[in-house]
Amino acid sequence: MARITLDQLRHSYARNPQSDADWALKQLDLEWDDGGAYALLGPSGCGKTTLLNIISGLLVPSHGKVLFDGEDVSMLPPEQRRIAQVFQFPVVYDTMTVYDNLAFPLRNRGVDEATVDSRVREVAAMNDLMGMLDKRARGLTADGKQKISLGRGLVRTDVNAILFDEPLTVIDPHLKFQLRSKLKELHQRVATTMIYVTHDQTEALTFADKVVVMNVGEVMQVGTPEELFDEPQHTFVGHFIGSPGMNVLPCQVSGSGAVVACHKVATANKAARADGTAEIGVRPEFVSFATSGLPARVAKVSDAGRFSIVEADCDAGKVRLLVGEGGTIPSEQVHLAFDPARTRIYVDGWLAGREARS
Amino acid sequence: MSTKTVNQKAWFLVLPVLVLVAFNAIVPLMTVVNYSVQETFGDNLFFWAGLRWFEEVLRSPRFHDALSRQLIFTFTILAIEIPLGVIIALAMPRKGPWVSVCLVLMAMPLLIPWNVVGAMWNIFGLPELGLMGKALNSLGFDYNYTRQPGDAWFTLILMDVWHWTSLVVLLAYAGLVSIPDAYYQAAKIDGASSWAIFRYIQLPKMKRVLTIAVLLRFMDSFNIYTEPSVLTGGGPGNSTTLLSIDLVKIALGQFDLGPAAAMSLVYFLVILLLSWIFYTVMTRDEES
Repeated sequence: MARITLDQLRHSYARNPQSDADWALKQLDLEWDDGGAYALLGPSGCGKTTLLNIISGLLVPSHGKVLFDGEDVSMLPPEQRRIAQVFQFPVVYDTMTVYDNLAFPLRNRGVDEATVDSRVREVAAMNDLMGMLDKRARGLTADGKQKISLGRGLVRTDVNAILFDEPLTVIDPHLKFQLRSKLKELHQRVATTMIYVTHDQTEALTFADKVVVMNVGEVMQVGTPEELFDEPQHTFVGHFIGSPGMNVLPCQVSGSGAVVACHKVATANKAARADGTAEIGVRPEFVSFATSGLPARVAKVSDAGRFSIVEADCDAGKVRLLVGEGGTIPSEQVHLAFDPARTRIYVDGWLAGREARS
Repeated sequence: MSTKTVNQKAWFLVLPVLVLVAFNAIVPLMTVVNYSVQETFGDNLFFWAGLRWFEEVLRSPRFHDALSRQLIFTFTILAIEIPLGVIIALAMPRKGPWVSVCLVLMAMPLLIPWNVVGAMWNIFGLPELGLMGKALNSLGFDYNYTRQPGDAWFTLILMDVWHWTSLVVLLAYAGLVSIPDAYYQAAKIDGASSWAIFRYIQLPKMKRVLTIAVLLRFMDSFNIYTEPSVLTGGGPGNSTTLLSIDLVKIALGQFDLGPAAAMSLVYFLVILLLSWIFYTVMTRDEES
């Protein structure tokens, strides 16, 4: 178990990175507490797997350091970092039984058979693998194989962190939920630092205490699921998290708020001066129909079960809002009101006044 | 289940394949069966001989000797080529510009016509002028493959290893490159030694292709004719007379069609039986 620190970490797959685009990871500074559950969330190609491989030691970063409990491990190979990893496609040793698979990491480290046996049985019980210990690993289903992969990490008592690289990709949808709650439960039991890489917001938000949202090699925001939802620090986070994502409309900055399509909108933060492209961001949950406000026209309504997603066109662009079950949806010309406490100004993508506040 | 419609017309679609197989396998095989139960003195006159030729072949010490030589030859080259092929495949680079260089080098022996291979080694081993023959003799070895049976066997096996190990290498290599990186990464994290990686990852993943390699090499080497016939012609004496060489001597040298046909069938059944045994043994735990 360890606290993990990433110190000015940068990585490029090119030998001589020239432009910004050559960096798979731009400057990263992160601090992860011992025993936490963290998720790295971002679209494909955002650098999250690169980051995971740097932490596990499969990649050596071009710049910066990885520290486990303050000790620099950047140059150490994976086996010396005492980490475990669960891969996207289940890795099991086909010819071995489930028991031998779980015992493999311990036997490789020369642990005596009595300890191996008790550890294997303990972990098998935790992972619901007890009934199939004598079975060949080859014949198992994908979720069974992922449990073995995870089990191989859990049997070791020396593990600093368990890393997950999109572990649910090949799992059937109805088992995803089960395995996810199993993971959460295991984390609470073993209290090992777990880092979970995914592009699926549901997986990240349900698993992690803290989520690191990444895009094009940069950390956009680190926060609890609530923080990511309530206070996105960047329009990308607002858009990527939530379903549907945050509305982002171009605006002008005025003294007390913003002006969207010649209409004054009150906002929670203020931009000092409009020295970049200004936009306002508001989640569909906090937009409502009103008697006065931003004029718009209802374009599309889609039923999402307990609520409807309404798409309205105003002069500044498309606005999505949620209307609860039984709520009336006016047709044609409407006015939209934004909750002032939940409407924020973003300059060049980033939340305005961010530095000043922190 | 009961709603399944019975439609026998589909069998007509199999007909073209059946005709093709009939003409290239069944018909020729049946003519051999036909010869094997008859006696002929030429002039297209045939007399019924029953199972006489089969009894004769199975009792003949000449056949037993050829079969023993064949088995020794085949199992020797398998014992050398399979492990050697795997070792070379493991040593080959998996990425980078050297991959294609290695693959081309490996494929080279496979591209040479078989009788040319025989002729090459025939000259290569000549004690007076061949590179290997002369070199060995000047190093103090009394090497002469046309006179000494041991040397003939040595050359024969060396030639086959040179010619066919590449096939095993290429198949094993194909099996190796199909292993996803995650397996190696997981093994690293699990602290596996390189022996454990070989034993539990590489070997199991190569098993299918190695089964094919063993079967191909077994059948090919059991049928081998061209190279030994050009290299030693079965000599010195009968020391390298393998089954196929003996068969050709009986069929075309002595023109004993009946015994030759009976021998062909026995030969064929031996290959079939051994192939089946190999296949069953190598795939036996796949079902469980």
